Amino acid sequence: MNLNATIIGQMIAFAIFVAFCMKYVWPPIMAALEERKKKIADGLAAAERGRHEQELAEKRAQQVIHEAKEQANEIISQAQRRGNEIVDESKDNAHVEGDRILTSAKAEIEQEANRAKDELRSLVGGVALAGAAKILSREIDDKAHTDLLEELVGRI
Amino acid sequence: MASETITSSEYIRHHLQNLTFGQHHDGSWGLAHDAQQAADMGFWSINVDSMAMTLVLGAVLMWFFRSVAKKVEAGVPSGAQNFAEWVIDFINDSVRGSFSGRSALVAPLAFTIFLWVFLMNLMDLLPIDLVPEIAKFIGSNVFGMDPHAVFFKVVPSTDPNVTFGMAFGVFALVLFYSIKMKGLGGFVGELTLQPFGKWAIPANFLLEGVNLISKPISLALRLFGNMYAGEMIFILIAIMFSAGAVMASLGGLLQVGWAIFHILIITLQAFIFMTLTVVYLDMAHQEHH
Repeated sequence: MNLNATIIGQMIAFAIFVAFCMKYVWPPIMAALEERKKKIADGLAAAERGRHEQELAEKRAQQVIHEAKEQANEIISQAQRRGNEIVDESKDNAHVEGDRILTSAKAEIEQEANRAKDELRSLVGGVALAGAAKILSREIDDKAHTDLLEELVGRI
Repeated sequence: MASETITSSEYIRHHLQNLTFGQHHDGSWGLAHDAQQAADMGFWSINVDSMAMTLVLGAVLMWFFRSVAKKVEAGVPSGAQNFAEWVIDFINDSVRGSFSGRSALVAPLAFTIFLWVFLMNLMDLLPIDLVPEIAKFIGSNVFGMDPHAVFFKVVPSTDPNVTFGMAFGVFALVLFYSIKMKGLGGFVGELTLQPFGKWAIPANFLLEGVNLISKPISLALRLFGNMYAGEMIFILIAIMFSAGAVMASLGGLLQVGWAIFHILIITLQAFIFMTLTVVYLDMAHQEHH
């Protein structure tokens, strides 16, 4: 238990070990610990950012959905309006067409009636002429009385 | 274990004697064969066992942590890195707790002190005769020495040279940082102008000088005293083993009890040495305390 040069040896060994530790052991491990700390902090920040972005995206999605709904409603109401318009238009068209058909039919009927009248007139004229010929079979000249008869027919 | 041929006091003395290398009276260099020869060697001799144990322990410590540091990764740690990180985190936290300045030295210093001292103290938990018997075997069979002259103190921290060596190392750092931080004038002023002002310089110097000197002395003696006493108790318990079956079994119980208690002491002493070092260096860094 004498104090001797071991004390100097110890101081040297102590200094060497501390220097070694300070140079080769402590810094790399501390650097790794710091790096991990930073990584974790970054990860947490990224997660926070991600959550924030998700919130924003959700909000935007909601907005888009809202807009889409409004647009859809507008389109639907437009379509309804257009449909109504089309129905109204076709109703009008139908009316016009009906009127037109009616008018043309009426015209045709009238024409037909006129023709029938004309035919009837000529027939009546012939019949009257025949009757008159039968009544006045002798002395009556066809030619002399045709003018008279035509005048008669024209008056019918 | 005490053999039949030596008495208890011889056994104790044998265990408390370092293997000392130095210059004999006749001028030749060699190992001391007994305590008297070791004492006669004077200051310029060296305790081979203490040096060997501390160097081996320090080398193992540095090798282990260096091997971790070489393949350290910031990702998920595994195995040895887990353990190393746990230790380093613990030391880093306690350094930050008591050291307010910024220094690249203090944390590695604290780390080295804590683990090195812890390993030295841990040697106390080895069976008390294991390493000395191995040393005796190697010494007598390989080097042809007298078996009774092969001393081997396993626990380096029971050698005051070791504890004083470390304490003086710390003290040198305290002086260095005191002068670096406050300047030579500031340091001398701190030693002489407190606490009573400039009219009581001798009294101040006496108080502050004692305060300063007591730092390394208390560091070294606290560790040495605790470990020496613990080692002594292990030796005394070991003597019981050769005193009959009843004493031996009682000694076995005591041995286990003391060893378990000693786990606390060796850790605590290493931690105290480290913490006080950090505190002293913190005081050296501060202007006024």
